[in-house]
Amino acid sequence: MSLYLTALLLVAASGIPGLFLRKRGGEVAAVLLSLGAVLGLAAAARVLLGAAPSQVQLPPSPLGHPGLLVLDPVAAWFLAPVLFLSACGAVYGIGYWGDGHPGARGLRLAYGGLAAAMALLATAAQALVFLLAWEGMAVLACLLVLTEDRDPETRRAGWTFLVTTHLGTLALFAAFALLPAARFAALPAGFAASGRGTAFFLLCLLGFGVKAGVMPFHFWLPPAHAAAPSHVSALMSGVMIKMGILGLVRVIAWTPDPPLWWGALLAGLGVVSGILGVAFALGQHDLKRLLAYHSIENIGIILMGLGLGLLGRSLGHPVLAVLGFGAALFHVWNHAAFKGLLFLAAGSAVHAAGTRALDRLGGLARRMPWTAAAFLMGAWAICGLPPLNGFVSEWLLYLGSFRALELSRWPWSVALLSALALIGALALACFAKAFGIVFLGEPRSAAAVAVHEAPGSMRWPMGLLVLACATLGLAPGLVAPALDRTVGALGVSAAPLATLARFSTLSFLGLGLVLLALLLLLWLRPKRTVEVSTWDCGYAEPTARMQYTASSFAAAPVAGFRWALLPVEHRPRLRGLFPAPARYESHVADPVLDRAAAPGLRLTARGLALLRVVQGGQLPVYLLYVLLTLMFLLLWMVL
Amino acid sequence: MSPDLLIALVMLTNFTLVATSRINKAIQVAVAQGVLLGLMPIAMGLGRHLHILAMAVAAVAVKGWLIPFLLRRAMREVQIQREVDPFIGYTASLLLCAVGTGLSLILAHSLPLNPGAAPPFLVPAALATLFTGFLLLVSRRKALTQVVGYLVLENGIYLFGLLLVEDMPALVETGILLDLFVGVFVMGIVIHHIRAAFDSTDIRHLAELKD
Repeated sequence: MSLYLTALLLVAASGIPGLFLRKRGGEVAAVLLSLGAVLGLAAAARVLLGAAPSQVQLPPSPLGHPGLLVLDPVAAWFLAPVLFLSACGAVYGIGYWGDGHPGARGLRLAYGGLAAAMALLATAAQALVFLLAWEGMAVLACLLVLTEDRDPETRRAGWTFLVTTHLGTLALFAAFALLPAARFAALPAGFAASGRGTAFFLLCLLGFGVKAGVMPFHFWLPPAHAAAPSHVSALMSGVMIKMGILGLVRVIAWTPDPPLWWGALLAGLGVVSGILGVAFALGQHDLKRLLAYHSIENIGIILMGLGLGLLGRSLGHPVLAVLGFGAALFHVWNHAAFKGLLFLAAGSAVHAAGTRALDRLGGLARRMPWTAAAFLMGAWAICGLPPLNGFVSEWLLYLGSFRALELSRWPWSVALLSALALIGALALACFAKAFGIVFLGEPRSAAAVAVHEAPGSMRWPMGLLVLACATLGLAPGLVAPALDRTVGALGVSAAPLATLARFSTLSFLGLGLVLLALLLLLWLRPKRTVEVSTWDCGYAEPTARMQYTASSFAAAPVAGFRWALLPVEHRPRLRGLFPAPARYESHVADPVLDRAAAPGLRLTARGLALLRVVQGGQLPVYLLYVLLTLMFLLLWMVL
Repeated sequence: MSPDLLIALVMLTNFTLVATSRINKAIQVAVAQGVLLGLMPIAMGLGRHLHILAMAVAAVAVKGWLIPFLLRRAMREVQIQREVDPFIGYTASLLLCAVGTGLSLILAHSLPLNPGAAPPFLVPAALATLFTGFLLLVSRRKALTQVVGYLVLENGIYLFGLLLVEDMPALVETGILLDLFVGVFVMGIVIHHIRAAFDSTDIRHLAELKD
């Protein structure tokens, strides 16, 4: 435990020396944070490899209850990606947001703080500590989102994030108040089925769902991820939203007898988030917004896993439960690895070209081969293609859904299966679009021509994450014992996952696939290269604008989801043989933020403006309010 | 000196405060009230605790010397002698103060407090002083009288604190004094700035700051 506490301290303080240094603050922060991450990973690994959970009692808070930190398998499982990804991001930050950038010091301070808050959150075993860490995480993340606060769009994103996250925290306060005897541990049998238990679960779902970005509480996520610096987006998308999943996992672990509808609701929300997340991603023109919507999709996959696991537990099929929880928990790691990688790679493309707009990029692969390769690997993994890690967790989920077909009378898991297949196909389409538009073809603007490859400090973290994706994908058996232990903490046990899901066969086939690909590459490699211009369809002067754009590439699938995406088009009317130059525009607005929340809040603000009468500006009147309140309270107590 | 006598004097100062129109007199009375309250713990026989004794000495020093010094300086600077045309007139204030004191006597009886060994009139006096402070804050127009009202309000809180003085850590007590000092200090600066900005210390001008 002292290892973990040292790590926590190092991570939290990583940004402080940089405040007093004129330069090299980024390097110092990265070294401190990496050191902390190594120590913390060692502590987590010990628990995951079978050491007994350790705990530390904190001194009592002013409210009386002593705080408690417990490093159990669940905590260790979530701690590992937090520390790994934040260390990668800190190293990446040296080159991405150097001392020349505005607010670099504050950024590093808040970055370390955010990582530490999440590390604390993973082990928090007492309601107050949990809420404190939760709130610290939210506030620090908001500060990080607001790094480029000169941009009005960023300020709006930060504001939306702050309001939404506090809404979630409010729900958590209410939920924890409903816990019997304020205990933050296993719930008594029968609680889950009671009305109080129902309210508790729904409030938890709201509080944790807002953080995790579950549809329809996802709307803070795309603007915040797009506005934040890329390594912060990576941290937020890779691990911060997983803290919502951590909360749900804790609730699941505490509940001995979850009702059937809990699992069904989680799985249903997962299906909706998964499909709509990827559908909205297809409609985006902003690289980082696109990735942010993919986070919603992946949260959907994780929720489907949790839902399947819960259903398995309620139905009394431990195999389903193990496969479902295993898929969800493994996807937490996998998503942290490949989404972190994708955001870092997207960040270095954005950093080089100075724009996030897909239609201003293009042809970056030639000038940034490393970044392009890293992005391709991340895209490969997120689409769930073998042999990388995204495949393994989706494989577990597929297996679980197929087993559910055998085990239960009703073919309900067909919904999961078809959703998963649809998500996979759409994700592939979306990343074909993202990679193709950004890295292939011809540069679409001058900014995309003048790009340069990212410096080494930005390439190394990406390389490390590629390695993580490959290791988790090719040798899932390595982490299987740890995964078994974590799944065991959720109150289910069946055969080990490695045998259930045939991890050894999977590794064997994966390695074979890689070998085959390498052989093909060697065999097909051209002996000599001749440079000629490609056939230009007879156009005398082809320009970069004669390429697929982000909208045209995704036009067909977007049209298929027209009922949900409601794309807004500004279509010119062309007349005559030689029409005048015209503009065509299309964009996909977020349904919840732009169609429901924003107009609703505007209406509320108009209604609340009536209350401004109360704010007269006269100091004595304000004091009178205080006096009247005091009198009222006194009389209330007496009468 | 018995605590009951002190409490009676404090009640009397309350009435004097709401009835006076001269700012100089109001400051004098508020200071006198502060000193009376500073002596209160000793009168209650708590002088045997060294830290309470130290606190009493500090209270007398701050309320009897530092605060009047700051207030007089502010008064010289803004050159105002009287509070003219208050929101609530002097007679009405006096009546309201009487009503407030009566209410405090009733309330104090039914409040779920455990006064223990404290003098029986401590709680009503605290409530009445609090009420008087609020009355001054609400009804007066000049920033300086507002500060006096704030002082009186703090005196009421201090009196209430005496109820728990044996249990309350010295930290909280010094906290009250510090709070008071900072309050007056800040108000002094604010008064100066209000005058500099609006050429008057009438707090009605603050309403212009509303967005």
